[in-house]
Amino acid sequence: MKGTPDAPQCGFSRAVVQILDAQGVDAKQIKAYNVLEDQDLRNGIKEYSSWPTIPQVYLKGVFVGGCDILLQMHQSGELETLLKEKELVPGDL
Amino acid sequence: METGPVYQSIQKKLTEALRPVNLEILNESHLHAHHQAMKGVVSSETHFSVSVVSEEFQGKTLMERHRLIYNLLNDELAGGVHALTIKAKAPVEIGTNG
Repeated sequence: MKGTPDAPQCGFSRAVVQILDAQGVDAKQIKAYNVLEDQDLRNGIKEYSSWPTIPQVYLKGVFVGGCDILLQMHQSGELETLLKEKELVPGDL
Repeated sequence: METGPVYQSIQKKLTEALRPVNLEILNESHLHAHHQAMKGVVSSETHFSVSVVSEEFQGKTLMERHRLIYNLLNDELAGGVHALTIKAKAPVEIGTNG
């Protein structure tokens, strides 16, 4: 992401943080890396995922997409399902 | 509306490759010009929002659709375009929410 979860430096990164928070993902479970402080990371992660933009969201190591995709998945309910599957949020009782 | 060279290039590439039913391109650079991350940047074509409705997206996942668009606009993204907001729908999906 650009910036940190407490201080995002870009609207798209902020949106991702807000969506994960709205889904009930514990902040302790979020590992955020600030590309603005690490040019190698900024370039490397784009090569790694063949994806040209930041933020990039990985759930348990699997690339899920950027802000637009996360937002659509959040609205459709797909994100909640995926987070439960990966045990990143409490499942249903 | 005045359209710059990047805008026109995006329009041309997406139209030719995707033959869209509907295509909207918005230059949103002015919304980001004051951001910390944009200090020192002088271009006025840095952030775009594209909304595309095309048969090409039928049967493709969100990620596949976005990758398709990113690949088409590789040159622009390697150049001055910092951000691209994407809405990519197949014609059958219009009228549904989200």
